Amino acid sequence: MEFWIIQSLNALSFAMLLFLLCAGLSLIFGLMNILNLAHGSCYLVGAYTALSVIAWSDNFFLGLVSGSVAAGAVGFVLQRFLLQRIYGRRLLQVLLTFGCMFILGDLAIIIWGADPTTLRKPEGLTGAVDLGGIIFPKYRLFVIAVGITIGIALWLFQEKTKWGAILRAGVDDEQMARAVGINVPALFTVVFILGTALTGLSGVLGGPFVGVYPGVDLEVLLLAVVVIIVGGLGSMKGAFFGSLIVASLDNFGKALFPELAMFTIFAPMAIILAVKPTGLWGRVL
Amino acid sequence: MLEVTELHTYYGFSHILHGVSLTVNREQVLAVLGRNGVGKTTLVHSIISFAKPAGGRIKLEGHDITGFPAHQIVRRGIALVPQGRRVFRSLSVLENLTIPFRCRTEGTSRSWDIESAFDAFPTLRARRDQRAGNLSGGEQQMLAMARALVSNPKVLLLDEPSEGLAPLIVRELSDVIKELAQQGMAVLLIEQNFNMALRTAQRILVMSRGQIVHRSSPQELAENQEIKARYLGM
Ligand SMILES: Nc1ncnc2c1ncn2[C@@H]1O[C@H](COP(=O)(O)OP(=O)(O)O)[C@@H](O)[C@H]1O
Ligand SMILES: [Mg+2]
Repeated sequence: MEFWIIQSLNALSFAMLLFLLCAGLSLIFGLMNILNLAHGSCYLVGAYTALSVIAWSDNFFLGLVSGSVAAGAVGFVLQRFLLQRIYGRRLLQVLLTFGCMFILGDLAIIIWGADPTTLRKPEGLTGAVDLGGIIFPKYRLFVIAVGITIGIALWLFQEKTKWGAILRAGVDDEQMARAVGINVPALFTVVFILGTALTGLSGVLGGPFVGVYPGVDLEVLLLAVVVIIVGGLGSMKGAFFGSLIVASLDNFGKALFPELAMFTIFAPMAIILAVKPTGLWGRVL
Repeated sequence: MLEVTELHTYYGFSHILHGVSLTVNREQVLAVLGRNGVGKTTLVHSIISFAKPAGGRIKLEGHDITGFPAHQIVRRGIALVPQGRRVFRSLSVLENLTIPFRCRTEGTSRSWDIESAFDAFPTLRARRDQRAGNLSGGEQQMLAMARALVSNPKVLLLDEPSEGLAPLIVRELSDVIKELAQQGMAVLLIEQNFNMALRTAQRILVMSRGQIVHRSSPQELAENQEIKARYLGM
């Protein structure tokens, strides 16, 4: 019993991390039809920026903020100065964002070196708590709380505010959104910044347990792609439940059948892709 | 109010509009009739800047707006009820009416807001919290109209609003459009429905292969068998 509870909590904390990682990717895809392959780089930039800021200020929360801001700034430059020029041209977008991933990865090596590091956990969230006999790391509970809070906030924003309605209108019919006077190019830029900043946040949060190292950008990109294939592209619900599914498969797979490793997430992904190509909660494209 | 001169529009290499000129004045409904594929929607899309005209000028109240981005054109007072309605399906009725930009209204023409749109289309009020995608075709057409009106336009572009509606509803729609013009709007009505255009418009243009081939009053057109046979298949 204890095994199951601990593994479930582990899966949940990993799921929340995945959700923060994928929410931005999904948001951006849903509105702009851009699969941003430099998404993992925003994770990397967020984590490394936080590493430096925490080393300098000794404040994890300053690290969270600066990591998100740095990733959002990368997103801004990418969208405003590069992607906006090739709007609607899928192949160029893929090549451009993929290229940016390598450039940003190399820049990170120049600035922060190639040694794997982990972020220091914030003061007060080190160690474990006793949940009625079950010992669980405090930091992971913190990640769960942040993930759920941001998930609810995003949901409220999307469903209950005028800005959320404008965003959904843009997803429904971008051209008609222009025709009711919405400044769609500006909306694109804002959403891109928001999406990449969220990813930067996930990089900082993941820093203490996933770590940050050259190549983590590609690894998290791969995971994110699996999540949105399972959950469905362009839907926030899909990103949320897709993250839960993938994290559970990954966690229980590794705990129960360690020899199968990646198989436990890629096999279900392939099955879902074959049976329901839009993903479980995806929009029909 | 809206003045279009010598508009030429291409899709890729195919030349769709061959020098279309027209003027819509305030308090007037101008109809453009034509068969499928002659370029009516392309004309509307060129005015609202969904398609970029290769030549020609578009003026609103004397100001050149050619080549402006769509949202800026709309913010200057042109609203579109597109072919196929294109309501925001995943938004509620109320949300569809909340998000349009609201233009300032000066003086004479009637000013619209969500409440007055609900007064004009009471069914929409009853369905305010429903998803627009779940409305019937007629209700979606009302919503598309209301969505255009709440932005307080000076010029209203209607692209085949009667398409797929029952005759009774088409009649009501025609009355609504006439009333809008009387209250000061300039209305460009694109139609394939001859009777709808006839009972709604003060002037009718006939379009064929990207050109205006006939201009007259509705009565004259109704009596002109040759034009009707040649361009409207009647
Ligand atoms: N997006 C497009 N790309 C290429 N050709 C188009 C496009 N839209 C319309 N056309 C062509 O332009 C012509 C005029 O179309 P349209 O303006 O929609 O006609 P109408 O509204 O009068 O039925 C048609 O021959 C159509 O096939
Ligand atoms: Mg048409």
